[in-house]
Amino acid sequence: MGGHEWRNEYAKKAASVMSEVSYSQALNMALREEMRRDPRVFCLGEDIKESTYGVTRGLYEEFGPRRVIGTPISETAIAGAALGAALVGMRPVAEFMYMTFMMSAMDQLVNQAAKMKYMFGGRALLPIVFRTMAGAGRSNAAQHTQSLETWFAHAPGLKVVMPSTPYDAKGLLKTAIRDDNPVIFIENKLLYATAKEQVPVAEYTIPFGQAAVRRTGEHVTIVGLQRMVEIALAAAAELASAGIEAEVIDPRTLVPLDLDTIVASVQKTHRLIVVHEAHERMGAGAEIIAQVVAHAFDYLDAPPQRIANPNVPTPFNRMLEELSIPSVAQVVAAVQSLLS
Amino acid sequence: MSTLPSAPSINREGLNDDQLRQFYVTMLRIRRFEEKVKELFLDARLYGSVHLYIGEEAVAAGACAALRDGDVISSTHRGHGHGIAKGLELGPMMAELMGKATGYNFGKGGSMHIASLDHGMLGANGIVAAGIPIATGAALGFWIRGSREVALCFFGDGGANHGAFHEGINFAATLKLPAIFLCENNHYAQYQPVTQDLPVSNVADRAAAYGIPGVIVDGADVLAVYAATRRAAERARAGEGPTLIEAKTYRFEGHFLGDPESYRAKEEVAAARTERDPLTRFATLLTQLGLAGAEDFQRYDDAVRQEVAAAVAFAESSPEPSPDLLLTDVYDVDGRA
Repeated sequence: MGGHEWRNEYAKKAASVMSEVSYSQALNMALREEMRRDPRVFCLGEDIKESTYGVTRGLYEEFGPRRVIGTPISETAIAGAALGAALVGMRPVAEFMYMTFMMSAMDQLVNQAAKMKYMFGGRALLPIVFRTMAGAGRSNAAQHTQSLETWFAHAPGLKVVMPSTPYDAKGLLKTAIRDDNPVIFIENKLLYATAKEQVPVAEYTIPFGQAAVRRTGEHVTIVGLQRMVEIALAAAAELASAGIEAEVIDPRTLVPLDLDTIVASVQKTHRLIVVHEAHERMGAGAEIIAQVVAHAFDYLDAPPQRIANPNVPTPFNRMLEELSIPSVAQVVAAVQSLLS
Repeated sequence: MSTLPSAPSINREGLNDDQLRQFYVTMLRIRRFEEKVKELFLDARLYGSVHLYIGEEAVAAGACAALRDGDVISSTHRGHGHGIAKGLELGPMMAELMGKATGYNFGKGGSMHIASLDHGMLGANGIVAAGIPIATGAALGFWIRGSREVALCFFGDGGANHGAFHEGINFAATLKLPAIFLCENNHYAQYQPVTQDLPVSNVADRAAAYGIPGVIVDGADVLAVYAATRRAAERARAGEGPTLIEAKTYRFEGHFLGDPESYRAKEEVAAARTERDPLTRFATLLTQLGLAGAEDFQRYDDAVRQEVAAAVAFAESSPEPSPDLLLTDVYDVDGRA
């Protein structure tokens, strides 16, 4: 995945010693480094000792049963326990195996964790990371594929992070763990294994609220969320052969959102497409487009477009599921239509 | 003061005379505070949604006296008594109830979210049973650190039927966390009688499902609540895990101020006020033990009424929060996203 431009940019910033790692290994590195750095950091969640997707693999062996806590299948308890532990000075990293499972814990996540600082008049630090995994593409049908980032982005008090590369996964998770707010940290099911790149062995973090320009171009801006960055880059490569240069922006964090980078890009390209896996209706695309319209209306040469999952649950059938996820062909067609 | 010949033989749980008197004073502070809240609310000097703790004072007073500094509590929508028993001051509490800038939460929480982490008060809570997993988490933090603090969760009989009850207590029991789950069974989940909600006789019976002790105490008996909580705290500090305590209590007021109370007979409430008033009962005991007499009780009452009046004066003379506060405190550090 990805072009070489931005990888080189990272390499300049980072230490010279690199290691080829997958997205899940990068997350594992971040957890290990932060747990070594701060004894208040601990992990809890279902089957995290064995680790279904490898993110917490080996941590139990290094940090033991009081820092790597396998819980019952009790999402409300996981979320509430993370919150309670934070209130007495710990820095929990709670895992929800699938984002769908967070629906079982919405009271603790949205009624409690998100609001507590405000309700307490600011007199609380809530350094909690709620890690989870979203996205479709593995025939998991409707309940194990949801991308619910906007549910959480809608709740003041939560930050929402969506890394698309191993480098970002590591740097953003370290930032999330050091942040004093509840962070919804969304990982992607397919990227765990498919995304691989050179990641510095040395310490680095990535600040929240700084989008990455994955490819520069002057004809159209494509904002992609998480795995849709891949789709956008593939579409951009295809369009380039037809002489169309797309600028691809990866917001990396939805809350806080780096609107400046997106607006600056649209002021240059005059066209905007937002691509995400979440359903189209009331999705992040709606918010991003509304913000761009408010801030760069006079620069727009065409109505901004959304490419997203249709407003249906994810089907099981492989062909139907494929149809439900934004595709390279859809993005290419949308760009061509915007420019025609 | 000499002990009267008729003094009953009671287990004082190792408490000295002053500690016993203090139980009464704590309950009285809660009672008078709540009575004043009711009066202010009915006079429209205080707004919002208010749930009074009158009738249940012995639970908070007994339980919190069994805790140490550093121990924490999570509370409910009926949380004023818990806060007072845990050491919160009446002035900033009343100010919070009035939404004033000098309240514990700068007026942003109100009655149902009053909190003071400095006092180990992790918050009243507008969501039934939500404090259970939160207390489990505080206990988890203590357990990870290997420290000796305890987390105590107050919840109601209504909360005992919420999924969070099962998840929180089960998780705490699996790790033998230093937690105490204290059910204040006041016999009504808002309007619905507990007999309709509970297919077993006691909430405490459910402890068996988690392999932890289930203890029933008379919630109008402050000493009994204290004794049960102290034993639960000792057990928790010794690494033996949580205890589920059920205090059978009764709220003398409606679920909230303004509740028409059509679901229970006036006679039932009147009988409870006569027979199950924790203050009257404990005053009788103190009298029988020769630890306080009519003059003492008058003195306590005068002092507490003065303290409550001062809290009201403080709250009413306090400024409203600045409009700037609307947008702050959503996030740390700068408070904005």
